[in-house]
Amino acid sequence: MAKILIPTPLRQYAEKNNSVDVAAGTVGEALASLTTQFPDLRKNLFNDEGKLRSFVNVYVNDEDIRYLQKDATPVADGDTISIVPSIAGGRC
Amino acid sequence: MLTQEEVSRYSRHLIMPEVGVEGQEKLKAAKVLLIGTGGLGAPVAMYLAAAGVGTIGLVDFDVVDVSNLQRQVIHGTKDIGKKKIDSAEETMRDINPLVKIIKHDVALTSENALDIMRDYDIIADGTDNFPTRFLINDACVLLNKPNVYASIFRFEGQATIFAAEGGPCYRCLYPEPPPPGLVPSCAEGGVLGILPGVVGLIQATEVVKLILGAGEPLIGRLLLYDALAMRFRELKLRKNPECVCATGEMKLIDYDHFCGIVKQPEPPPLVNEIGPKEVKAMIDERKDFILIDVREPHEFQIGRIPTSNLIPLGDLPKRMAELDPNAQYVLHCKMGGRSAKGCDVLRAAGFKRVLNMTGGITAWSEQVDPSVPKY
Ligand SMILES: [Zn+2]
Repeated sequence: MAKILIPTPLRQYAEKNNSVDVAAGTVGEALASLTTQFPDLRKNLFNDEGKLRSFVNVYVNDEDIRYLQKDATPVADGDTISIVPSIAGGRC
Repeated sequence: MLTQEEVSRYSRHLIMPEVGVEGQEKLKAAKVLLIGTGGLGAPVAMYLAAAGVGTIGLVDFDVVDVSNLQRQVIHGTKDIGKKKIDSAEETMRDINPLVKIIKHDVALTSENALDIMRDYDIIADGTDNFPTRFLINDACVLLNKPNVYASIFRFEGQATIFAAEGGPCYRCLYPEPPPPGLVPSCAEGGVLGILPGVVGLIQATEVVKLILGAGEPLIGRLLLYDALAMRFRELKLRKNPECVCATGEMKLIDYDHFCGIVKQPEPPPLVNEIGPKEVKAMIDERKDFILIDVREPHEFQIGRIPTSNLIPLGDLPKRMAELDPNAQYVLHCKMGGRSAKGCDVLRAAGFKRVLNMTGGITAWSEQVDPSVPKY
């Protein structure tokens, strides 16, 4: 099992979970499993073409999957997958 | 050289070899621009002033609201209604009168960003919206200045340094902003009052380290802070070879458009006319507007409304450059006919808020002030 960490802004679409365990061999499979479980997350993570949105990054442990094998990046038992969307708050 | 007063004030720095006199002199010589004096800017400004950063610039156009005080500790209850930069300056001067504070009472735009940022060594981004964050990033890349970045949401914060020599920029991390509405803002989503204190001081720490050249700067690393879990995590941040910061194609753009923010065309004014009594009420209530008398100078001599400015109708086109197209105007003449034409002239030139005073000064004399002669 790998652990997917859900960031605060997206928890509302994941029944308030801050992490979800999934069984998956790749990042793509892990995210598919996540969005099957929580369909509301899908439009926040993927665009209409099913591509990961450009303001959301996904990391396996501390490495950005854009610099690994993207969706095909393998995940092993005990890996942590982080979803990190851009947030802008600060002056507020 | 440090003065005797500075030696006493900064003694806890001076006795540490990592800072010392040399480091304190670097702090004194440093120029840091803080963009935003809200949640993040507040602790950054206070601690950088205390630490003796010699020149601190503040960019903000907002005024202090009671709802800010839950987290923006540089402002107090007595400051409600004051400009944030004035309130911030007062607090910083109280903490350390030896630092120079430069106030920029503007919203940062593509037009003014480079000029404002050029004179500083380090930029700290404490703003609250995507267009400004992309603007700051792009300007920092163009000017080759490090952007000490942080952002917050509810219980979570992110911090890193963008655009440092050889390091990644904000666009390397996020090439594009989210479409409006998909990611809630702090105003909608809320923020734990203490959060910007913790995250802002990470920013302040990185600013001081960059100035001193001490330690390992937070470059190429994205620090994530989760206050509820009380956990810090770190992710690798790489310079994207396809990013505009690497390809040399960076230029400042229309960031509202880039972020999908559609400017609503201003609705046409529902009322194009206003009666003399209402104009009198606007004057008495010190409403912010400009009253223009479009009559001829000799008519003006006969009688006038005290707050009016004389611009004869024929001179209006060539004197338009003196006028702010965004201001509120009321035009009048003797009876209302010439001033209606004047209103059309201004509206055609893009002035949005232009009203014609019905009945002219004649009606003014009848309805408001009989001491103004009718002629
Ligand atoms: Zn870049």
